[in-house]
Amino acid sequence: MTEPILEVSHLKKYFDIKGGVFGKSVGEVKAVDDLSFTVNEGEILGIVGESGCGKSTAGKSILRLIEPTDGSVKFEGTDLTDLTSEEMRQLRKNMQIIFQDPYASLNPRHKVERIISEPLLVHGMKSSKERKERVKELLEIVGLEAYHASRYPHQFSGGQRQRIGIARALANNPKLIICDEPVSALDVSVQSQILNLMEELRDKFKLTYVFIAHDLSVVKHISDRVGVMYLGRMVELTDKHTLFEDPKHPYTRALMSAVPIADPDVERERIILEGDVPSPSNPPTGCAFHTRCPYAMDICKEVRPEFENVDDKHLVACHLYN
Amino acid sequence: MSEPILTVQDLHTHFFTDNKEVPAVDGVSIDLHKGEVVGIVGESGCGKSVTSLSIMQLVPNPPGKIVNGNIYFKGKNLTDASEKQMRKIRGNEISMIFQEPMTSLDPLFTIGNQLIEAIRIHQKVSKKQAKSSAIELLNLVGIPRASEVVDEFPHQLSGGMRQRVMIAMAMSCDPEVLIADEPTTALDVTIQAQILDLMRKLNKEKQTSILLITHDLGVVAEMCDRVVVMYSGKVVEEGTVREILKDPKHPYTKGLIRSLPNIKATDQKLYSIPGTVMRPSLDQVGCRFAPRCDYAFDRCWEENPELLEQDTGRQVRCFLYEKEIERGVPSNDRTYS
Repeated sequence: MTEPILEVSHLKKYFDIKGGVFGKSVGEVKAVDDLSFTVNEGEILGIVGESGCGKSTAGKSILRLIEPTDGSVKFEGTDLTDLTSEEMRQLRKNMQIIFQDPYASLNPRHKVERIISEPLLVHGMKSSKERKERVKELLEIVGLEAYHASRYPHQFSGGQRQRIGIARALANNPKLIICDEPVSALDVSVQSQILNLMEELRDKFKLTYVFIAHDLSVVKHISDRVGVMYLGRMVELTDKHTLFEDPKHPYTRALMSAVPIADPDVERERIILEGDVPSPSNPPTGCAFHTRCPYAMDICKEVRPEFENVDDKHLVACHLYN
Repeated sequence: MSEPILTVQDLHTHFFTDNKEVPAVDGVSIDLHKGEVVGIVGESGCGKSVTSLSIMQLVPNPPGKIVNGNIYFKGKNLTDASEKQMRKIRGNEISMIFQEPMTSLDPLFTIGNQLIEAIRIHQKVSKKQAKSSAIELLNLVGIPRASEVVDEFPHQLSGGMRQRVMIAMAMSCDPEVLIADEPTTALDVTIQAQILDLMRKLNKEKQTSILLITHDLGVVAEMCDRVVVMYSGKVVEEGTVREILKDPKHPYTKGLIRSLPNIKATDQKLYSIPGTVMRPSLDQVGCRFAPRCDYAFDRCWEENPELLEQDTGRQVRCFLYEKEIERGVPSNDRTYS
């Protein structure tokens, strides 16, 4: 068993709600509420959940792009939450992020050359000739041409822009990349190109990904293990085959049955959940899912279920299994 | 087979920019029968939304214009209809649901106000009656505490709720045709399942014909009877859901289906269609898919393939099937009685 490269324990991120004349804090949005998981070196951990479940906040809190409220994040044994911002900046060389929106994450006023070479400059590659060489190399790695370096982002299609974002993330040879919905803004045929590219790069550079997405079939395709989030908490985490064949948590089951499958002959039982996701500023007591859960018992309303092993390496937070 | 309720015949909608003319929709023909759900599938920029806007005569002019083609709704040609006539049809006989539930409701008016407006434009009823039917509609689309929600503003509702309000509004006058332009794209899967369920119920109970525009083949498999696949402004394939998904003919449809990550499938490398979607252009010669096609041969670059039709209504726009579909006639020669 390889060592975990990333260890997240009891991570919390609460956002204050400001109100009143003096802008006092009148409440909190519990975007991420007690999240724990580990990522092993070289694996792809998928995190799925619906909008507002805190998956992107979790991704950003890990890199401390948003300061976590509580909990610890250990990267190769170093606790990131103790580091100064300068130490953190140095360490980000090893941890990078790819964003969802390829249209918003590239500065429209900079040429691709500058966009990709900026992280190189920041992390001490002073010679402009070396940087130029490296940019050229990176563009070729992600399947673009060297002459693309002198173009502006608007001259590229969505898929090509996402490739530029990937090249930028790869610039300093990181060990871990957090991918925040990297393919959700893309068309199906382009999406598969980017997914293939990301898999290739993983093998080539021994990368570790935390892959955040809302599309279950994409996550199933690319990940080794998958975690399901609901309202700031992880409800189920196991390897992808177990999760997709034998989902335990009622929310995971509902989520799986809701995914439309492009095959008219597949007959299946569909679980349609009632209502919407409750607001994270006022989450239900006990198990956060009890308001929509078809199996809710009395205990679910009062006691928050622990996130524990029910089978071999199959973590579930549900009273049905404890 | 009965007379189609909506017929789009050789529709050409072009956009005029400063220096060129872009054929966003280039000769599209679609039939929609009563009680049928037809899906239009394609990637961004293939012209599927412009087709639906053309049917509603809502293409912004300028820069867009329907330069050729006819749209028959119950025998009446909508391309000749005046704005006043169209206003009577829109929302009353043909309704539309848009993709963005966040932006298609007016933030300054309550839900009730907007629903009542839609009802009172088309039906002679008092405000009070309209309000009670608004509440009834909200109940019908599964909104809890409907009598309170009518007095709330759009920002107080979630995305799924707003999309339900849009559906309620679209259904307010019992339309015969519902055009749904990516109705669930902005929603989460569990909410998507609720909305699709609702649309299916309306289709079954009220025999509403639905034209469903989507890029999600999964949604198509769940909802549609027939599917039209579009690429770069043209229809490349048409057939029943089973034919298209189980036995795709056109190389583009094949590639599209193979490039989907499947929740049931085992680990294998995803297929991907090389290159990107080509923007439609007037001076394009040859098949528009040829630059990305694995099977392209010389003729594909020189000549534009016609849409070949089988007796069963199955249509493919590809030279590879000329021999297979011997009895086929080019679609432009089809007669509409």
